[in-house]
Amino acid sequence: MNIEKYISSGILELYVYGVLSEEENTAVYEVLQAHPELEKEIREIEVGLMQLSTAVAPYEPRAVYDRIKDKLELNKDEAPVIPLGQKRSNWPAYLGWAASIALLIGLVAQFNINKKLQQQIVNNKTEKIILEGKINVAEEDLSKTKLLLNIIRNKDIIAIPLQAQEVDPTAYAAVYWDKKNQTTYIDVVGLPTPPPGKVYQVWSLKLNPLTPTSLGVLDDFENNNNKVFALTNRNESEAFGITLEPEGGSESPTLEQLYTLGMVAS
Amino acid sequence: MQPNELIIQVQQKNERAFQQMYAMYSENIFGVIYAVLKDEALSEEVLQDVFIKIWNNSTSYSEKKGRFFTWILNIARNAAIDKTRSKSYKNAKQNQSDDYFVDILEEKSSFSHKIDAIGVQKYIDSLEPLCKNIIDLLFFKGYTQKEASKALEIPLGTIKTRNRSCIKTLRKTLAV
Repeated sequence: MNIEKYISSGILELYVYGVLSEEENTAVYEVLQAHPELEKEIREIEVGLMQLSTAVAPYEPRAVYDRIKDKLELNKDEAPVIPLGQKRSNWPAYLGWAASIALLIGLVAQFNINKKLQQQIVNNKTEKIILEGKINVAEEDLSKTKLLLNIIRNKDIIAIPLQAQEVDPTAYAAVYWDKKNQTTYIDVVGLPTPPPGKVYQVWSLKLNPLTPTSLGVLDDFENNNNKVFALTNRNESEAFGITLEPEGGSESPTLEQLYTLGMVAS
Repeated sequence: MQPNELIIQVQQKNERAFQQMYAMYSENIFGVIYAVLKDEALSEEVLQDVFIKIWNNSTSYSEKKGRFFTWILNIARNAAIDKTRSKSYKNAKQNQSDDYFVDILEEKSSFSHKIDAIGVQKYIDSLEPLCKNIIDLLFFKGYTQKEASKALEIPLGTIKTRNRSCIKTLRKTLAV
């Protein structure tokens, strides 16, 4: 691997930010294990970011630590006093021997139990890592869904259902238009996955005369779990349409491939 | 800056180590939270929650997940963003505009003694507008490349390299 190139790709910065996907993150971790010389680079990125974010802090939050300590009830429990051993008694020597033998037997048994327990710990740890991974994925999905719900529930949003056209009578889609923030959310869960080499392209339409303006293409359709795409829309749209176009999109819509269309209620 | 000893000690519930960890990270984490909330009292609340989480969940951190810095950064960003959905935040922020971290820095007159304040100011003065946006979204708000590319309407492929050059300038200005 060309380390210089790897560094200049900028992936290490994103690794320190913590914004890579889980797979990308694991991949970087493995490269770091194989190339300890990258540690210096990572450290310098971290120091830079530490300084930048420290500069944003309004003051040093020393007082907050006391509140944390109270909340966690640290420092409150005095260490329990362990009573000192009582006066030594005069056990006969043979009892001592018997005890040693019992101890030896006990140790062997303990050793076996210990081995089993250690194996169990390893198993439990693996299970925990897997569960944590699942939780992370679920949490991520949940927060995305919540975000979408918030957007759709917003009272300033105009909802426009897009009806099926001749190409595919089962297709449907919806546009949620946040006029104030000039953003449209395109919900295309009712569109079939585009064939390879094709993408959906969203159009804002003016009706008199008919003028289409491209809002953008829905790249990476398959990997968008929610099938909701956000596109900027600065137009005074009167209708929205979605067509199937060659990859990268087209200058003007291919009307034979018009999948859905809907008017903005005035 | 991967404080391995300290992490292990905190995982073993060593209070002194926890206090050291607080001294090390609290101010920068406070900065990250403040960049999202822009409210001192609310940011203190979140900071408190974040360190309680660190204490209670420290054993769930392992090096495989990434840098320790990154781990607590994620906890802090998530907690701060959660707070923006709370009623107290909405009440406090009714009439305020969304600022970038840069705006906060530009309005500040005194800086922590822990940092190279002159360097940071020099950096902010010379920072390109796009860098402000990229660092704000990716580092302070935790956007993915894809989300940032959409929000800023720049191609996905350029995000990573542009961000690198923004951070490179930071390191150069601060000489780290």
